[in-house]
Amino acid sequence: MLSAKNQRRESASLLIKGGHLIDPAAKINAPMDVLLRDGRVAEVALPNKIRGNADEKFDARGLIVAPGFIDLHVHLREPGQSYKETIASGTAAAATGGFTSVCTMPNTAPVVDTPEWVAWLRQPERGAVVNIFPIAAATHGSRGASLTDFAALQHAGAVAVTDDGKPILDDEMMRAALRLGAELNVPVVQHAEDTRLTETSSMNEGPTSFRLGLRGMSVAAEANIVDRDVTLAQQIRESRLHVAHLSTSDALKAVRRGKRAKARVTCEVTPHHFTLIDENVGEYDTNFKMNPPLRSATDREALLVALADGTVDAIATDHAPHAAHEKQVEFERAAFGITGLETALALAITKLHREHKIPLTRIVELFTAGPARVFDLRGRGSLQRGNFADATIFDPKKRWTFEAAKSRSMSHNTPFDGWQFTGKVVATIVGGKIVYRQG
Amino acid sequence: MMLRLPSPAMNKPARGSLLGIEHLEPKEILGLLRLARRMNPLKARPLLRGKRIVLLFYEASTRTRSSFEFAAKSLGAITTLVQSSGSSIEKGESLLDTGYTLRAVGADSIVIRHPAAGAPHLMAQHLDIPIINAGDGMHEHPSQALLDAFTILKHKKSFKGLHATIIGDILHSRVARSACHLLTKFGVTITLCGPPDFVPDIAATLAPGLRITRHIEEALRGTDVVMLLRVQKERLAGQKIRLQDYVARYQMTTARLKLAKRDAIVMHPGPIIRGLELTAEVADGPQSVIVDEVHNGVPTRMAILARALGKAK
Repeated sequence: MLSAKNQRRESASLLIKGGHLIDPAAKINAPMDVLLRDGRVAEVALPNKIRGNADEKFDARGLIVAPGFIDLHVHLREPGQSYKETIASGTAAAATGGFTSVCTMPNTAPVVDTPEWVAWLRQPERGAVVNIFPIAAATHGSRGASLTDFAALQHAGAVAVTDDGKPILDDEMMRAALRLGAELNVPVVQHAEDTRLTETSSMNEGPTSFRLGLRGMSVAAEANIVDRDVTLAQQIRESRLHVAHLSTSDALKAVRRGKRAKARVTCEVTPHHFTLIDENVGEYDTNFKMNPPLRSATDREALLVALADGTVDAIATDHAPHAAHEKQVEFERAAFGITGLETALALAITKLHREHKIPLTRIVELFTAGPARVFDLRGRGSLQRGNFADATIFDPKKRWTFEAAKSRSMSHNTPFDGWQFTGKVVATIVGGKIVYRQG
Repeated sequence: MMLRLPSPAMNKPARGSLLGIEHLEPKEILGLLRLARRMNPLKARPLLRGKRIVLLFYEASTRTRSSFEFAAKSLGAITTLVQSSGSSIEKGESLLDTGYTLRAVGADSIVIRHPAAGAPHLMAQHLDIPIINAGDGMHEHPSQALLDAFTILKHKKSFKGLHATIIGDILHSRVARSACHLLTKFGVTITLCGPPDFVPDIAATLAPGLRITRHIEEALRGTDVVMLLRVQKERLAGQKIRLQDYVARYQMTTARLKLAKRDAIVMHPGPIIRGLELTAEVADGPQSVIVDEVHNGVPTRMAILARALGKAK
């Protein structure tokens, strides 16, 4: 659906007419028409003010037009784990969820720790239907022993480095990574987890883990690392630290401290952490098992505050597909992670906007300008003239039911199967081409 | 081509399954206890004639396994024991595949002991036969709680106004979790006692009517039921507490037992380690009902199996 048909839709210019544009970076929240031409934004103007013919028109009446959404944190499983997901299937899911750009995590098999693998991810043969921005490993094989060649990785197209899933625990190694990153303007992304404290743990430490007889991951296991990293980022001039999938109130405190001190510290929050809490694990439902784990109600409330007040820079999905046989096992043995690309916007609108009254403009910012700033994605995150022609068009009032079985992802490990949402992506446009259109 | 995997079918457990005490209604518990009182292991009742019960044990067990086996056979059922060593489990077969296999072989019910919490729940969600939890990780051990309740009611008139004290490694104990759920459903108040590594503050959130103390004297004063737990030396290894300190502070001795009510009973799920969590005098003393507990395991498990296979009258 996303390849052959696409070719026919391909056109040099596309006029998005009649929609309501929300472009936080350009400070626009008004009815606007948008003309895309040759892969760029040609013009943004008041309704009916764009002259001349476009090859194609998109009727966006009653819909929100936004800059293309950017997901800073996805696992597309290639190379090496194409039984879970491929770049083709993962980006198809991304397009369905309104994402025009995704940043891929390097914890594949092998680990993406060379410029060759970074380049491989971006080759047309992978069949990506949205933009791929690889995040490379920070240390060779993500083993934490020696730094990778940040300069070469950056040159090949990597937008950041991380040892996601195998956090950099050693103080000196983290210091060295931030130093090298500062020199090259490369953000270091940390999955903040003191794995020395969380071995054999499978959910948040609290009354629910005690009741279920499961070993718990403490809040401190996350917050201590964030605290240490923020301190390092404050010490190292121009270093850039990005905290991945932040999940606890204590970690937020450390991020706020860094931001107040004008350190270049950013963070992302996932839809599942702002939606669910540890009690939702129920009777060992492995679709509620991820890392970081679902936290307490208090932590979730702190995330909601931070999403509203600007402390959080981006909503990122941590889309982590797994095959059924990796999830239909004992809870302690089940793989960590859930899919998330196709439910992110719906959760943001349903939970953040409708339930917690966070304005749509802020939500769009968390999907666009926010993440674009975090990794310095030039020409993206805003529909200003001359920028890339990436746009997401959605209906904030549309009610629908998510069915995991109909997901574009190869895996269906989601806790949101059967959930009723308000807010749905209608079309996703990448480089001026419609790559997804609601059926 | 997209690979389509079947979506996980999450079903309700088959009727008669016993996965834990937490979600049982008090009247279901009383029903099981009443049934257990009518069961006589020495007088065979062919309630389950021809039924095939698999004892699937992924962990070592003496009491639970043998009493489930005697219970099943006293009711006329056929049993087979499947253990992790010497079966396809050793070759890497998943829990669910083992379950499907046993179902295909003709199992009418599976009694499972497993080191992972929730393993019986996983089986119950995917199989249409009753699953009996014989101990899952640190989670629950419902048949032990039932036989303990059975034992308490043999020595005390009712649960009314009773106070129980559980001493030891609550954190790692499925016996303690199930006992707390069961007894508090009947208004029994419980004091949990042990060092913070064994009795974290969070333990008090497990059920209503739980309190925690670090002092054994305080825990014992005026109690009706003393439940001791085995000290697992391998657990102590990673903890901050030394064995001799544990013995000094928490070992049940004759002197300490005097703080409890005169007619207090001393319970222990076994296996006991004399000289560690309790002295030999206490283990063999007049207030000890430890052997009686083991004895009561058979009729209790007969009741559980009779309920599971729907022949209880």
